[in-house]
Amino acid sequence: MVLDLVPLWTVLLGLAVFYYVVFDGFDLGVGILYGLAPGDRAIVMNAIAPIWDGNETWLVFGGLGLLAAFPLAFAIIIPAVYFPILIMLLALVFRGVAFEFRFKHPAVRNFWDRAFCGGSIVATFAQGVVLGTFIQGFKVDGRQFAGTSFDWVSPFALFIGVALIFGYALLGAGWLILKTEGDLQDWARRAGRVCLVAVLIAILAVSIWTPLANADIARRWFTWPNIVFLSPVPIITALIALGAWYALTHRQELTPFLCGIGLFLLSFIGIAISLWPMIVPFHYTLWQAASSQSTQAFLLIGTLFLLPIILMYTAWSYWVFRGKVRAGAGYH
Amino acid sequence: MNLDPLLLSRLQFVWVIAWHILLPAFTVGLASYICVLEGLHFATGREIYFRLSTFWIKIFAVSFGMGVVSGIVMPFQFGTNWSRFSDATANVLSPLLAYEGLTAFFLESAFLGVLLFGRKLVPRWAHFVAALMVAFGTLFSSFWILATNSWMQTPAGYDIADGRFFPGDWLQIIFSPSFPYRLAHTVVAFYITTGFVVAGVAAYYLRRRRFVDEARTMLSMTLWLLTVLVPVQIFLGDQHGLNTLEYQPAKLAAIEAHWNTQNRVELNLFAIPDEAAETNHYVLSVPVLGSLILTHDPNGAVRGLKDWPRADRPPVAIPFFAFRAMVGIGLLMLALIAASWWLRARRRLFDTTWFLWSCMLASPLGFLAVLAGWATTEVGRQPWTVYGLLRTADSVSPSLTGFDVVLSLIGFAVVYLIMFPVGVALMARLARSGPVEPAVEPDAVEAGRPQRPVQALPSSEERISS
Repeated sequence: MVLDLVPLWTVLLGLAVFYYVVFDGFDLGVGILYGLAPGDRAIVMNAIAPIWDGNETWLVFGGLGLLAAFPLAFAIIIPAVYFPILIMLLALVFRGVAFEFRFKHPAVRNFWDRAFCGGSIVATFAQGVVLGTFIQGFKVDGRQFAGTSFDWVSPFALFIGVALIFGYALLGAGWLILKTEGDLQDWARRAGRVCLVAVLIAILAVSIWTPLANADIARRWFTWPNIVFLSPVPIITALIALGAWYALTHRQELTPFLCGIGLFLLSFIGIAISLWPMIVPFHYTLWQAASSQSTQAFLLIGTLFLLPIILMYTAWSYWVFRGKVRAGAGYH
Repeated sequence: MNLDPLLLSRLQFVWVIAWHILLPAFTVGLASYICVLEGLHFATGREIYFRLSTFWIKIFAVSFGMGVVSGIVMPFQFGTNWSRFSDATANVLSPLLAYEGLTAFFLESAFLGVLLFGRKLVPRWAHFVAALMVAFGTLFSSFWILATNSWMQTPAGYDIADGRFFPGDWLQIIFSPSFPYRLAHTVVAFYITTGFVVAGVAAYYLRRRRFVDEARTMLSMTLWLLTVLVPVQIFLGDQHGLNTLEYQPAKLAAIEAHWNTQNRVELNLFAIPDEAAETNHYVLSVPVLGSLILTHDPNGAVRGLKDWPRADRPPVAIPFFAFRAMVGIGLLMLALIAASWWLRARRRLFDTTWFLWSCMLASPLGFLAVLAGWATTEVGRQPWTVYGLLRTADSVSPSLTGFDVVLSLIGFAVVYLIMFPVGVALMARLARSGPVEPAVEPDAVEAGRPQRPVQALPSSEERISS
């Protein structure tokens, strides 16, 4: 059987990573906003309490999916971002246990409140640094990363780290608008507007910075006829940005969240267009880094069977916890 | 100062996995216990099972949350510190790890929300199904992780090309020679670990004369379970030992501190192994018993460590002592269970002070046995990551410096030393506050949530002051 599974795994892994970015993105974003939110912050936390660890498991799926489908990429990229990964994991540990520890331990609630918010910010920043380092590419010798564990320290990667904090906070604001009401919702709208402006500035900056820093990407973007085919990306981005502003200033409940997702989707597509077909920029393509046919096929069978079930019961658990989060007993 | 990234990476792996393994050791058993309680409540409608289930779910929530976050760390260790191992083995091992993520992690995480927060939002049967799914999830998780570990111990079904492993036969890869024994031995160990914790908590209440009905139910149920599982575990351990003798004889020689290949070997009860001189000091041993236990034949031959070049031998002292700690704890558990049969026959199970005290003191024993068993099998696998094929020294990430790993190790040390003590204190607090008064049964499915979901029932302070 000679069937090229690489495109299929590329799509699956891409979807998994995007799913993670949106879903853990909004709950990390809620964590980021938590530190600033007024009033009853328990509501803010409860807006994500039942679903956050389901979301976070997609990080494992993303990591293991990369290991399974493109092991060479895993073996090169992960050591290259040794410290951002470490910092992200430690921050996620703090943030994760804060859910449990905060609920049950009022004596040290302040500490865990800060751990929750700080952990969310640091984890997000570290993820942004990983992304920025990935876009810039890696030093490679044979099948191994050949740089140092501090190669990730660069203005571009650090900038992406900061930008992602605003990006996730925008998603988080969208989620809070959807799940809350009254003063808290009004506050989330204001926070969302600030984040939207910051995100748009960041997108613009990255769009100028990337082609300046990388001649290959510049060529891909600006040569004829690519520029025509790629022009819908910035145009649609601008339209979604306008939509997001409108939704944040009017009484729309779902649209701000959807527009946030739209902005992430277009950024994601933009990165994919720029780097395709590299998985270890700028050394190995998806095909070169792919695992054996047998490995990809073996995992694919179970994935195609399990993924729809996973998505179904994930949807079901969201359905169970639908509706606004309210203070107090909240049963009636 | 000369910092060795290999040694430090190994220490870091020891640190993160030793803490992590304590959580599945507890949650795998507890998930099944909660599932049984939910099932009994669903089937009999008796309030006591509802109270017990609600009580243990609160403790489960804390330990599971800690398990998830410390578990997410693990797959990334393969990439950050063991990238050459990842590159060499990913074609074979990555689907097993990915299936763990897919079948287990998701099953647990998706249904966990319903189990923890959904009592009032879903019908009773759905809550039971959620408990069942979480329990299945923990077992699937154990299945895939132990399949991965077993393949590293006794690799099978692979081809080698360019210094990398490629899959030959997936069934042989998953069901590698040591897997059935390892799976059975480990899962039963997890159940026993949970059993002794539940028994310890029950004994604590009985000593204090609080929640007496609940405590009697817990202690009685658990001791019946342990009555079956502890002897079964000793049998499984013996079978696992035979398997190790066949497939990993060097590990077994280290466990027993045998240096020379002999028939009718002695069993070393105690010794100080001396690797440099290839001998033991201060030996206390029983003749012939070694052959009898290891081969089930008094004339059986057992290979000694001198059969292997020094570079291929595992360290001796750690497997030797860790194994003895594990077996010693097993025998202690058996003694306690035997005492429970005698007391139960005389109807003194619930009011014998020394027995209740013993149960309380025994509650951490399972964790110690799990750690000791894990140290035995993993240190005994050295100096290989894939037994006999890939050396640990050839598995580490080449880009790492000793300084890098010192920094990360400090990071993990600090965070875990905050997280684990706080988590344990929190669970102890929940355990002290005990099962609450009968709660109102849910009457309708409604949306919305309590302000503090996990603590929707009266908190410990309210409980103590009342």
